Amino acid sequence: MKVHEYQAKEILARYGVAVPRGRVVTAPEEAKAVAQELGGRVVIKAQVHAGGRGKAGGVKLAHSPEEALQVASQILGMRLVSVQTGPEGKLVRKVLVEEALPISRELYLGVVLDRSRGLPVMMASAFGGMEIEEVAKEHPEAILKEHFDPVLGLRPFQARKLGFALGLSGSTFKEFLAFSQALSRAYNETDASLAEINPLLITEDGRVLALDAKMNFDDNALSRHADIAAMRDWDEEDPFEVEASKYDLNYIKLDGTIGCMVNGAGLAMATMDIIKHYGGSPANFLDVGGGASQERVENAFRILLSDPNVKAVLINIFGGIVRCDMIASGVVAAARNLEVKLPIVVRLEGTNVEEGKRILAESGLPLHPAGTMAEAAKKVVELAR
Amino acid sequence: MAIWVDQNTKVVVQGLTGKEGQFHAARCREYGTKIVAGVTPGKGGQEVDGVPVFNTVAEARKATGCNASLIFVPPLMAADAILEAADAGVELIVCITEGIPARDEVLVKQALAGSKVRLIGPNCPGIISPGKAKLGIMPAHIHKEGSIGVVSRSGTLTYEAVDQLTKLGLGQSTCVGIGGDPVPGTTFVDVLQAFKDDPQTEAVVLIGEIGGTAEEEAAEYVRAHFPKPAVAFIAGQTAPPGRRMGHAGAIIAGGKGTAKEKMEALQAAGIHVVPTPAEIGITMAKVLGRA
Repeated sequence: MKVHEYQAKEILARYGVAVPRGRVVTAPEEAKAVAQELGGRVVIKAQVHAGGRGKAGGVKLAHSPEEALQVASQILGMRLVSVQTGPEGKLVRKVLVEEALPISRELYLGVVLDRSRGLPVMMASAFGGMEIEEVAKEHPEAILKEHFDPVLGLRPFQARKLGFALGLSGSTFKEFLAFSQALSRAYNETDASLAEINPLLITEDGRVLALDAKMNFDDNALSRHADIAAMRDWDEEDPFEVEASKYDLNYIKLDGTIGCMVNGAGLAMATMDIIKHYGGSPANFLDVGGGASQERVENAFRILLSDPNVKAVLINIFGGIVRCDMIASGVVAAARNLEVKLPIVVRLEGTNVEEGKRILAESGLPLHPAGTMAEAAKKVVELAR
Repeated sequence: MAIWVDQNTKVVVQGLTGKEGQFHAARCREYGTKIVAGVTPGKGGQEVDGVPVFNTVAEARKATGCNASLIFVPPLMAADAILEAADAGVELIVCITEGIPARDEVLVKQALAGSKVRLIGPNCPGIISPGKAKLGIMPAHIHKEGSIGVVSRSGTLTYEAVDQLTKLGLGQSTCVGIGGDPVPGTTFVDVLQAFKDDPQTEAVVLIGEIGGTAEEEAAEYVRAHFPKPAVAFIAGQTAPPGRRMGHAGAIIAGGKGTAKEKMEALQAAGIHVVPTPAEIGITMAKVLGRA
């Protein structure tokens, strides 16, 4: 799950990570009031789940409360189009109004899970403001890494290694030690999958603060963090995907024309791949899960058919423990109930496959049976043309 | 031979009294697997289909000598179940549970580091040595005893591959589902090492997917140490970056973990990489000169 910058900063602050003073607002008048409280000079930052906000005009400096009002009214309600949003952009509903701080240096500090080592790793670099992937490509030697304990967090000696390597000294060095260790604790204790401070700000008077902050959380652990789960902003998520998640269906919308319904995540990805291989384009990823009961099939159908781009549907089910005749009955009933008019290619494999095929053939519905994945993909690509 | 499980494996099922546990334990028994005990805290003394249930894995091990565990407990309790089995001296732990927090998996990995325990999964279909034993949820009837080792991060996609192999007359030595989570207990390399030393295994099918670098590590191992022929497929060639494709571990993050990189790495290691899953079986048949 993703959260907004202001929410990430709120969480990080609880663990002692230093963040600039500021507040999130939804109206220009409020922005003016916050600017007044903060002494006039503020930065107004669009709160959307996408990077590249600065270049897209979503982050602006205001020198006075009046200017804050004016800038906030420009940003609030705008459709922010950045490299990460797609051409349709994202509607800005909230802005973060923060004190503008005098910048001396910008660094990078981030935590992710190193899957190979099976440990969280803190990465630091002097190239603040640059995407870490870019730094990794252009200056791989400039990325410092410290793997840390999932319970204890970053140890003081590890923080010192990073601090010295970044060339910090004096009170700034000390603040960095506290900052980096607090960040590791926040990552560990919130079941985060990403905690990224980019840039990490060193002010002219040597203070260390999170100028920007990004946190993602492990969906599998949200049930033990009710406070974080409550931060979910449904406005930022695809409505089809929100609907699918209500039925425990794994659905991801794509931009093709062939609706896919598959059991199992790996087979679902492989089905998308084979559609592409034969010249088609998948409209979605959809894993109906191992069971693929009639109810699940019906919900899945409804969601993928609500996408107006869908011209044909491919159902690919490997019935292992579940029998194919049951799945076929489920598909037929669901297609009848929903009065599906689009051509549907059904590929069933596994137990009782012959009986399953008979049920599909006798249904009188626009169902096209297929024997293998390759045959199914070729057929559906043809039908979607 | 086969690897890790055979007719001598004695299994305790953690979560036997639950719906999934009971259903799949029965299927495993039908296949001939020795299911000797179940564990559900607070239900010790009961029986499920004639199998005695114990309160703890330690008791189950003492009473039955079980040397493997099959886990069906809910996600937030699964890490504890794994640690309990390891603590009781169970050497092979197969965790089917999906949805375990990644941090729990990290803690389990730390706790098991340096021990003799082999954890398969979590979030996997399990392991089967056809004709000998099945510890998992895979449909038994699509398998056939033979010489192909199969290792995969996916469930149904593995069934697809196994089905193709069997229909072409290519039986399997052992099929291992290592699971779709970011911190698996067993990696491709672990399985390949075991297949290398297994005389029954003549060739290997490897099924990977986007996310992480496990396939690249497998490619490096094959290049340097693995002499047997291998066929590979990588799912997610068309997956958009930054999105989790069903499996917790199936995500292209920061431009890394793409199918393209993995396919190139495997190819460079001399592995036969197929562009679609439909070609896994036939390619293996060709590689072995049996097409």
